[in-house]
Amino acid sequence: MTREEVFERLTDVFRTVFDDETIELSDSTTSEDIDDWDSFEHINLIVAVEEEFSINIPMGEVTTMKNVGEMADIILAESSK
Amino acid sequence: MKELEYPFNSEEIIRRKKQFRKQLLKNPGLTPLKIAVLGGATTNDIVKIMELFLLNYGICPEFYESEYNRYYEDAMFPNPELEAFKPDIIFICTFNRNITSYPEIGDTSDVIAGKLENEYTRFENMWKMIASKYKCTIIQNNFEYPFFRLMGNRDASDPHGRVNFITKLNMRFNEYADSTENFYIHDINYISASYGIEKWSDPFYWHMYKYALSVPAIPDFSFNVSNIIKSVMGKNKKVLMLDMDNTLWGGVIGDDGADNIETGQETPIGQTYSEFQSYVKSIGQLGVLLTLNSKNDEETALEGLRRDDSVLKPDDFVLKKINWMPKSENLIDSAKDLSLLPDSFVFVDDNPAEREIVRANVPGAAVPEIGDRPEHYINIIDRSGFFEVTNLSKDDMKRNEMYKVNAKRMESLKAFTDYGEYLKSLEMKAEIQDFIPAYMSRISQLTNKSNQFNLTTKRYTQSEIEAVADNDSYITIYGKLADKFGDNGVVSVVVGHIIGDECHIDLWIMSCRVLKRDMEFAMMDILVEKCLSKNIKSITGYYYPTAKNAMVKEFYALQGFEKVFEDEEGNTRWKFELDKDYIKKNKYIHIENSGK
Repeated sequence: MTREEVFERLTDVFRTVFDDETIELSDSTTSEDIDDWDSFEHINLIVAVEEEFSINIPMGEVTTMKNVGEMADIILAESSK
Repeated sequence: MKELEYPFNSEEIIRRKKQFRKQLLKNPGLTPLKIAVLGGATTNDIVKIMELFLLNYGICPEFYESEYNRYYEDAMFPNPELEAFKPDIIFICTFNRNITSYPEIGDTSDVIAGKLENEYTRFENMWKMIASKYKCTIIQNNFEYPFFRLMGNRDASDPHGRVNFITKLNMRFNEYADSTENFYIHDINYISASYGIEKWSDPFYWHMYKYALSVPAIPDFSFNVSNIIKSVMGKNKKVLMLDMDNTLWGGVIGDDGADNIETGQETPIGQTYSEFQSYVKSIGQLGVLLTLNSKNDEETALEGLRRDDSVLKPDDFVLKKINWMPKSENLIDSAKDLSLLPDSFVFVDDNPAEREIVRANVPGAAVPEIGDRPEHYINIIDRSGFFEVTNLSKDDMKRNEMYKVNAKRMESLKAFTDYGEYLKSLEMKAEIQDFIPAYMSRISQLTNKSNQFNLTTKRYTQSEIEAVADNDSYITIYGKLADKFGDNGVVSVVVGHIIGDECHIDLWIMSCRVLKRDMEFAMMDILVEKCLSKNIKSITGYYYPTAKNAMVKEFYALQGFEKVFEDEEGNTRWKFELDKDYIKKNKYIHIENSGK
């Protein structure tokens, strides 16, 4: 899986979870950039991402993840395990 | 919405809940309901997903959510916010993480008994406080099993074990629920086991987010509690309508013959269908009406039920539509025959094409995706919660009987050319008087279930019914009707409140199974009698149209009221001037009031 593919699938997940078809993701996208991305929606987002990529993100990674770029890196690392 | 029907895809619900919510909010005619969720853990998504399932049941919930783990304080101490919210339902959403003190290995049996008592009393005090202060329905989670067992298997049998402790605590909760009205246990102990405790209790979600269950398990949890709520709100299904070939037995009776269909104990497939038939029979005992809807020649098809080894017999069904009509039409006809609405039906058929026809033509009827494996039929119908039981009254258990008796009445009607003579022949007796304690639960149930003969569609919880019965400025009347064929139980309720010398009718309902029996006139007579004894000069009636109550649009005109007001939405107000020379309208029902 390439990083581009990860972004493509992530965009789809973000658009469904936040019910907003206009969302565009970049490496530097953070919760500041998306209206409904609060700590509660973060949980749903992680669950949806885990399901989408069939991975389990470890606790430490969930808490330290700073932006979508880091999320993509974690997904790549976890799915190659 | 199909995505919210069991078996649903939890992951999809979590991912698309915003979209689903938007769509569901467009449905017309939603019943508002105030629910306070007092949580012992994070409840955010529990509430959001409950909202989806409730919207799907036609209920529009408004929520109060306690701050994280403030359930006890919210319930026990003065709480202006919750008081102002006036909840209809308080849901205490606690988990085994909220148990304050478990037995230690060194504890004596006295210490363990004390811990159990402490833990239980803390909850019981809370329930009693809520019941006296908020007078609302209470739903309480029981406890799921712990995710580890210190002693292994012995944890279940040894009083020091957590499994043992939780089991005892759950039993105490059950005893309270069994002896208390308007109090219901949300059985997460079962639902977590069914889901799989290991996945359900994944500690990741507790340590990360303070969720006491894993987020992917939340749809199962929320669906399960929503079923209790819709049942309390009178939104259960009332009829289980079944196809026959490959639904009640294996094979096609028209081709194979009654001797060759698969049922009974001879083959695994036969046993599977027999087990399903037993399940259906038990559902009938709950008061759910059983009917047939099958494309067959009637006599041939009934041979299948007349086999000695058939669990279900032709007599178990109150109505049989066995013909070559489209099944959707059979369903709509059945609804008319039973004086029920098509949306109170659950239609079970192994054939996806038949399911689709009914789904497309009878909106509101439930058509579960039971698949093509008979061994899974029970699971899917059971977990769908169509008939979730919150109160089991004697009336419920007798309902199939009552409908069969009604069929006999219809039969006897054919012998009369004069309807009045027919009514006379029924030898009807009614009890029509002030609410009495024995019927509070049935009265409240009726206010929540009646949709068609219902002038205002005002719903009452049992505590509200008890409150108006107790209030001198209200006139409350129930009517119970029996005849030579049998007892119909409580079938009509009127609630009026008095302002000065006027009585305003808040509620007038009647069960459709006693339509055209003059019961509404008998009720009017007693209402007038009570009003006159209180020196009331006039009665004001209200009609608020809904999608379902068109049959009573002109009800007050029939009773001799005059229309005094009508607005654009069709809401009408009616007035009846009382005078001492009121002539009784009921001619056929003998009133026998037993006193309290």
